[in-house]
Amino acid sequence: MTSEQILQYIFSGITVGSIYALVAIGYNIIYNTTGIINLAQGEFVMLGGMIAFSLSQIMSLVPAVVLAVLITGAVGSLIEIVIIRRMKKSSVLGMIVVTIGISIIIREIALFIWDEQIRALRFFTGNEISSIDIFGARISPQVLWIVGVTALIVIALYLFFRFTLTGQAMRACSSNTRAAKLCGIRTSQMVNLSFMLAAGIGALGGCLVSPLTQTHYAMGSELAIKGFIVAILGGLGNPMAAVAAGLLLGLIESFSISFLPMVYKDVISILILLVILVLKPSGLFGSRQTSSLKDF
Amino acid sequence: MKRILLTLLTLTLVLSTTFATGQGETETVKIGAILAVTGGASFLGAPEAKTIEMLAEQINADGGINGRPIELIIKDSAANPEKAISFAKQLIEEDKVIAIIGPSTSGETMQIKDLCESYKTPLVSCAAAEAIVKPVASYVFKTPQKDSYVAELIFQTMNSMGITKIGVVAANTGFGNAGKGQLEKYAPQYGIEIALAETYDRAATDLTAVLTKIKAEDVQAVVNWSIVPAQAIVPKNMKQLGMDVPLFQSHGFGNIQYVIAAGEAAEGIIFPAGRLLVANELPDSDPQKATLVAYKNAYESMYNEPASTFGGHAYDALSIIVEAAKKADSLSREDLRNAIEDLTGFPGTGGVFNFTKDDHNGLGMDSLAILTVKNGAFALY
Repeated sequence: MTSEQILQYIFSGITVGSIYALVAIGYNIIYNTTGIINLAQGEFVMLGGMIAFSLSQIMSLVPAVVLAVLITGAVGSLIEIVIIRRMKKSSVLGMIVVTIGISIIIREIALFIWDEQIRALRFFTGNEISSIDIFGARISPQVLWIVGVTALIVIALYLFFRFTLTGQAMRACSSNTRAAKLCGIRTSQMVNLSFMLAAGIGALGGCLVSPLTQTHYAMGSELAIKGFIVAILGGLGNPMAAVAAGLLLGLIESFSISFLPMVYKDVISILILLVILVLKPSGLFGSRQTSSLKDF
Repeated sequence: MKRILLTLLTLTLVLSTTFATGQGETETVKIGAILAVTGGASFLGAPEAKTIEMLAEQINADGGINGRPIELIIKDSAANPEKAISFAKQLIEEDKVIAIIGPSTSGETMQIKDLCESYKTPLVSCAAAEAIVKPVASYVFKTPQKDSYVAELIFQTMNSMGITKIGVVAANTGFGNAGKGQLEKYAPQYGIEIALAETYDRAATDLTAVLTKIKAEDVQAVVNWSIVPAQAIVPKNMKQLGMDVPLFQSHGFGNIQYVIAAGEAAEGIIFPAGRLLVANELPDSDPQKATLVAYKNAYESMYNEPASTFGGHAYDALSIIVEAAKKADSLSREDLRNAIEDLTGFPGTGGVFNFTKDDHNGLGMDSLAILTVKNGAFALY
């Protein structure tokens, strides 16, 4: 393999990995405040792409993306108020099943609104045929957008959870909901905020990848599975770990293609997941102590 | 137990005879359809269902089958073979349809092929795989062009362009695998070397890694065989990698939505497909032109979306059934089957159908044309 090819596989892995990571971040935010694995996370990505596409027909790209993120965030918040909040007595597993139901409902509504055709948002810079040369490897400018914005989201989330009062309150909810309540934190508000945030980030991811991967009403479930693998791989509850795990999985998949037929790609990723879960059940970057305190 | 069975048998006999005698001349003729209206193959099933709904209305307005209106019973299989089987049984036994249109995908069709054969119910499939009509089952027909023609036409075009070494990518679906098999089977005959053949997941979102692998083989062209949205991803990824060799795709590319999704990257893609996509470009002497333009205009004005070749397959299936039913001795399933087999020189959207005892597809290689994308629209190559 020449160095250009190695670099090309690395870029390919980073592109795919960033997409996985964007979904996994959403899982973690909701998991952190509620302990729920929200399997409708992939649908937020789909909604983001679809809404931005429709809006981009009547306005320019930036307001379309911003509005799509806000609308999807509102949808996330609405789902929490209308459904999740009323399920307080359900077990964690029950809640996960509820999120599967939500994902099906969103998908069917999307099919109703946008039909079964695929759609692609226009490229943020350049177009379908533009390509940037980086040390002999070629990538689409959109890849830089995906990687760049993912990095910004990660940094912003880190700062938010670490240094703002709201962020700290959300983390408190995840550590101990009752104690957080006793301290005067409105946990229901925090839960609502986490759904809004996860939906918004998912939607932003959906807008970023749409020019490359296209948006289809049924794309959510596939993304949800890959994102879930990445979230588990990194250790549930840690958005930074999810990004690292996402990139790792993307790179492994990409390099596996270089010497094995592509059909084995998913076999390899699932195999790695199994090995890690056996050796380190709390995930690559998770600590055993924290995970033993959690329900799921 | 025996007595119960016997009573049941007599009951069904009595019921079915009363049902049969109750059928007057003005009663509707029931035609079933199993289509993947939703789910992963909805881009096939949705236009197919819309097409036959529209066509049935037109047929009834024109007097139906010799004065009897037709009644469509459309079942949504969501591309699920198990659902297709139970719907087929329901249509045959409960609804007593004279024929079934569909299913949309090759996998589903193969699942119900034997069922329709044993129940002696004509099935006119809208799926592409050659295996549907090879070996011939006497009650099973299909309207889309065979995939072997597509493979051969691609290779003929490559020969004329002087291409000898190619890479192949195909989706991991019934359609993709069948197409890859045809390409591998016919490549040696045309003196073409397949340097690398890879299959990707049907929901793949980024194919730069596998294309990097193909690029390293110094191929002169790439063939992508899929009906999944990856058809628009492959051209984009190739351009991003700076691969400027020509891209060939299968007849599955015959949906303008993929061209829109691939944008600039779609320019110059070469693919064989039915003439529906270039209906207005055809000379007036073309035997299909009248049918094609009529279908295209009717569909586009009714549903406000571009007509695709997939909807055309269902159009052909229903018009073949109706045409044969008009000519058949009676509306029994057996007479209908015989009438379909006798149908020759029938212009449909997929080509001019000439069914014979051994050919239940009825289309020749000339039913396909080599098309390309020019300025965001389909054009003759």
